[in-house]
Amino acid sequence: MSEHLKTLLRLAPALTVIGLLFFGGLVMGLIRSVNYMPVIGLTQPNLDAYRAVLSDPDFLRSFGLTLHISLTSTILSAVLAVSAALLLRRSFAGRRLATFLFQLNLTVPHLVGAIGILYLFSQSGSFARLAHAAALIDRPAEFPALVYDPNAIGIILQYVWKEVPFIGVIVLANMQAIGQDYEAVARSLGATRWQAIRHVLLPQIWPGVLSASVIVFAFTFGAYEIPALLGASYPAALPVLAYRSYTDVDLASRPEAMAMAMVIALMSAAMILIYTRAARRRGGR
Amino acid sequence: MDRDPALLRTLRGLAGLALILWLVLPLIPLAIWSFARGWRFPDILPQSWTMQAWNYALSDTSGVLDSLTLTIWIALCATGLSILIGVPAGRALGLSNFRGKGLVEMMILAPIIVPGIAVALGLHGVFIGLGLTNTTTGVILVHLIPTLPYMTLVMAGIFANYDTAFEDQARSLGASPWQTFRHVTLPAILPGIIVGGLFAFLVSWSQYILTLLIGGGRVITLPLLLFNFAASGRNDIAGAIGMIYILPGVLVLILTARHLTGRNVAIGGLGRL
Repeated sequence: MSEHLKTLLRLAPALTVIGLLFFGGLVMGLIRSVNYMPVIGLTQPNLDAYRAVLSDPDFLRSFGLTLHISLTSTILSAVLAVSAALLLRRSFAGRRLATFLFQLNLTVPHLVGAIGILYLFSQSGSFARLAHAAALIDRPAEFPALVYDPNAIGIILQYVWKEVPFIGVIVLANMQAIGQDYEAVARSLGATRWQAIRHVLLPQIWPGVLSASVIVFAFTFGAYEIPALLGASYPAALPVLAYRSYTDVDLASRPEAMAMAMVIALMSAAMILIYTRAARRRGGR
Repeated sequence: MDRDPALLRTLRGLAGLALILWLVLPLIPLAIWSFARGWRFPDILPQSWTMQAWNYALSDTSGVLDSLTLTIWIALCATGLSILIGVPAGRALGLSNFRGKGLVEMMILAPIIVPGIAVALGLHGVFIGLGLTNTTTGVILVHLIPTLPYMTLVMAGIFANYDTAFEDQARSLGASPWQTFRHVTLPAILPGIIVGGLFAFLVSWSQYILTLLIGGGRVITLPLLLFNFAASGRNDIAGAIGMIYILPGVLVLILTARHLTGRNVAIGGLGRL
């Protein structure tokens, strides 16, 4: 058997499963989003669902909110992750504990983090109780709404909690692989500590930061259970809105749900392009 | 490296402390709630402690244990299938160069990045036709969407550092293909399979929307149960289930801490847990 044929046979089962389940699911969603269902006599594909969705103010608000959640969470997480990695590469009391917690956090499902954030930041949560003890508020309602709020602060807090360790662990490994020699050279040539980080270290870790951030952006744009638990009922995050339309008693809204699923897919396709370009710059690592 | 000024070291210690606090903070009220009896506003700590939530969660009537068994079963099946299919595919990607390899890699990367809901809505209609909705089999199949690509990429990373010369030697000494695999290849890649498999298990363990849609609310895994208790304000029971739910991750971490660095491909899939 030729080596080429063997490679093909080794890949065939995986590509079949991914092709049928993943790409099959995407294509079916696309077909149904254009109202093509020959079984019930819909043989003329059209863009009605997209027109309806794109002219619906609820969708546009959800889209804007979701974009805000993803952008804010990703940028905050990336900045804090790089800072945390800069901290964790140096020795300080408690560094081992912090590194262990970083890793522990990676294995905790998002849903558990979301419930924790709910118990901490809700209007009767731990921080509201502390505010009461400090005589800052009398009743729960006086505590600022950080959960179920229109600005999605609770959702963003949860993502930051979960994604700082994710990006951080990747960046930390990058930093350890690069070593501190380049920065030491820059320092000996008169660069300040900050200049060495800004002009020597950051450009080297940037591709790693970028590809990790892209994964975070795509995830936060399409995750369901976190906004479903921590978000306001209106406006809802896009995945929540898509799920609601899909499970609506009115079957006519299903193509619209599919159109929203396609919007999420399109956004992640853009992320994949950025990711593969960043990976190529990292030298295919 | 030059000695840091004392101020900088102090600041660094404080920042480290803040980081440690922030990382454990959300888990603390969850743990307290699971032992709390009527923990009302504005009490900072519960007035009295109880094992009620745990007793309920571990009783036969709550359905938590059934749900736990089901979640483990689904994750084991998804992981087993991913290993069977992903190891050969990982070998092809890690060891061979062929035309269209970039495209194949992108096809395998895509399911890791594209959110489940974008795929599951379209798949739901097909699964209805096949009678797979509301079934455990359907849920196991749909969990392959994140676990299989993940396992494949981990194995591709393992095989990229694998030397096939040992296999050639075994074959030239008269070993059959099966003997070569059993005694040469498998021992070399087993650590990679175990670490990748443990994380694939966690990937399936953490799935929510795929299970909710394809299981149709009939296949109730632990995260679905946890969500329901949390959303209906049963904080004590949600606390207990939450503690049970993070246990496998803690165990996996203790088993594999030294593999869990950003240099390992295994990390890439964990952003989605």
